[in-house]
Amino acid sequence: MHIMEGFLPPAWCLFWFLVSAPFIIYGMYQLRILMREKRETLPLLAVAGAFVFVLSSLKLPSVSGSCSHPTGTGLGAILFGPCITSILGLIVLLYQAIFLAHGGLSTLGANVFSMGIAGPILAWAIYKGGQKTGLNTYLTVFLAAALADLFTYVVTSVQLALAFPAEVGGFATSFAAFATVFAVTQVPLSIIEGAVIALTFKYIIDVRSEILVKLGVLTDAAAGRLRGVGA
Amino acid sequence: MKYALEIAVLAIVLVFAASILVVLSTGEHEWAGADDQAEDVIKEMTGSEYEPWTTPVYEPPSGEIESLFFSLQAAIGALVIGFFFGYYYRGRQITT
Repeated sequence: MHIMEGFLPPAWCLFWFLVSAPFIIYGMYQLRILMREKRETLPLLAVAGAFVFVLSSLKLPSVSGSCSHPTGTGLGAILFGPCITSILGLIVLLYQAIFLAHGGLSTLGANVFSMGIAGPILAWAIYKGGQKTGLNTYLTVFLAAALADLFTYVVTSVQLALAFPAEVGGFATSFAAFATVFAVTQVPLSIIEGAVIALTFKYIIDVRSEILVKLGVLTDAAAGRLRGVGA
Repeated sequence: MKYALEIAVLAIVLVFAASILVVLSTGEHEWAGADDQAEDVIKEMTGSEYEPWTTPVYEPPSGEIESLFFSLQAAIGALVIGFFFGYYYRGRQITT
């Protein structure tokens, strides 16, 4: 869940806007290059964006007896990197803030940072790391997407704890309280998200592995191997 | 095995669904959004009711209309995913 409208003091709103802005601006720069030089990858970008749309609209019940929704940003981060994904996150958060009163315009900066930047950076780092160590590709994608989802809520907890430190115990106590609320709800959902995105990744390899090679997501050899095995 | 990943994903989803059924049968839960709970935590942590300093520009007038916008969001996403995967599969058939 995102931080609701008005629930972050103005100073923190401004702070998170300033933190998020460079990522968005660099993402737009990267996007322009992508549109100029790799036009054939744009359908895939649309799919990555659509995944954020679908997954972040599904409010799922969780074992804690409360509801939350996945983020779906892992796919975009793996395919296009965290900066371009931050723009996808921004679009979805704007939609939800304007039409659904879910999240908010004043807290947009903070929410873009947690969902569009922090989570995707982790997903991207895990994917790159997994590729280097030769971990199974689908397992890597699963871990990247699931942990990106979870990390988004860790960052949200940090943001809330910074703005609302506990009277006794300060930031740490407050963080523990927020993290408990979000984490218990989110762990099962992030596992589902990781699984769904790993499966999607398989289908992308099935139909268009050459685009993944072009994006530098897979090496030629890895793409050939994965297609051959079919997993 | 060709469908190992599909089976694994299906198993995860089934375990998840089963866990929800178990929770459902073990007492009362509100199934509220986690962000509403965060509001309570703010109260607990700071010891006072937090007054939001601004309100949403537009709020869906009812829960039904809210679900309309949520399903619209999912529909738009699903449409795009379906369209491009269809496009890709078709392209593959022609080239191979």
